[in-house]
Amino acid sequence: MTPTPSTPLFSKARRALLLGLFASASVCVAALPRPAQADTLADITKAGVLRVAVPQDFPPFGSIGADMAPQGLDIDVAALMAKKMGVKLQLVPVSSTNRVPYLQTRKVDLIISSLGKNPEREKVLDFSEAYAPFYNGVFGPADMAVKSAADLAGKTVGVTRGAVEDLELSKIAPANATIKRYEDNNATISAFLSGQVQLIATGNVVASALIAKHAPKAPETKFLIKNSPCFIGMNKDEPALQAKVNAILAEAKKDGALNSLSIKWLLRPLPAQL
Amino acid sequence: MAYQFDFLSVLDYTDVLLKGIAVTAQLTLTGGVLGVAVAIFGAWARTQGPAWLRAIVSAYVEVIRNTPFLIQLFFIFFGLPSLGVQLPEMVAASLAMVINLGAYGTEIIRAGLAATPRGQFEAGASLAMSPLQVFRHVVLRPALQKIWPALSSQIVIVMLGSAVCSQIAAQDLTYAANFIQGRNFRAFEVYLVSTVIYLLLALLLRQLLRGVGRQLFARRAR
Repeated sequence: MTPTPSTPLFSKARRALLLGLFASASVCVAALPRPAQADTLADITKAGVLRVAVPQDFPPFGSIGADMAPQGLDIDVAALMAKKMGVKLQLVPVSSTNRVPYLQTRKVDLIISSLGKNPEREKVLDFSEAYAPFYNGVFGPADMAVKSAADLAGKTVGVTRGAVEDLELSKIAPANATIKRYEDNNATISAFLSGQVQLIATGNVVASALIAKHAPKAPETKFLIKNSPCFIGMNKDEPALQAKVNAILAEAKKDGALNSLSIKWLLRPLPAQL
Repeated sequence: MAYQFDFLSVLDYTDVLLKGIAVTAQLTLTGGVLGVAVAIFGAWARTQGPAWLRAIVSAYVEVIRNTPFLIQLFFIFFGLPSLGVQLPEMVAASLAMVINLGAYGTEIIRAGLAATPRGQFEAGASLAMSPLQVFRHVVLRPALQKIWPALSSQIVIVMLGSAVCSQIAAQDLTYAANFIQGRNFRAFEVYLVSTVIYLLLALLLRQLLRGVGRQLFARRAR
């Protein structure tokens, strides 16, 4: 109604209309969800889908199988999470560089991608308990009694020159242990398999690969040099999600589900430290 | 920012370098002496040996001269254990060098024997010497004298080829260089220093062999 001398700007009708609009607007704003505490767990349950970032080129944690479907330890752990939460699983293949940004921009809810914990990451992510081992250690045949660096006295250990194992082992090995350094990983493995060295210092994934290839001398873990197990990553300030993830992992450790996944993909049971 | 050279950081590892030089010298000495001995035997076998021995030695020479030294080394060190023959790296490295020099040396000495005039052999036979005695007392030394420069070169080549033995963790000079570089990441300084050391070792070896040649092969008036 256009204002005329007989109908002022804020006539009774217009006032009532404006008041009604304002009242309904307030009710709507009051009813909006508050972004104060994001609850991803509730969102996941409501949407019925758990989105997980998984690796696609890092066996045995994640790779593309012959049927073009993702397979690996991380994929199986993601499936376990989704099943226990009672939701569907959506796998999102990521690389080492983009997995954290995917989580931060909420393209995924969890990162299960052989993620290691370090101080820089702890600033932007929260971590669950460890679910899989990832370590450098000394490996050898089952009948050799070596439990610590001191037991290497008088024995020969093969290692790849310049690798983390080389630098760390050189610090902790006793003086009468013989460390033989080879130029690359393959030569080190060949030296161990041909018996030129009694023990080998390498990563647990390499040792698992040796077992998978049915090597005549199946390497058994003797002691760890450097331990950097895998954790599940999630956004900060998600207490409900973190508690739920840790609860599922604890249950899986207790009933042996996590152990059987470790045997299936890493060919060895979970170490006691995990 | 220009690269900051730091040669002194290599000096921190002098003991590693010295051990490397000692091991290279040891490998060269064993490989050289035994290799030449094998070569003399091989040359004799190929020129005067029975047919079956000639065939075996010819096969050995052809295989070794037509395959890479690294493969021969890896076969001895990584492959033979599958047949139950486990050799420590110094033994495996020395063996590989002896086999390698033996094959190349056989051909070099055989060339020297081929260049010996027939008259020498006939003269020896006319003195009721057996072919082996003719070989040992009459033709071998002049033949060696003829091909001594070529054989010396081959020995120096085998010495430089000993660098490959670092691949089986024999702690020679190249192993020492790689070890130091893996610790201080100064590739330029480390490899320049080891190159200079190899150069000096090679020059020293050549002088040594020249001296040996002078001692063994008295200069005759022609």
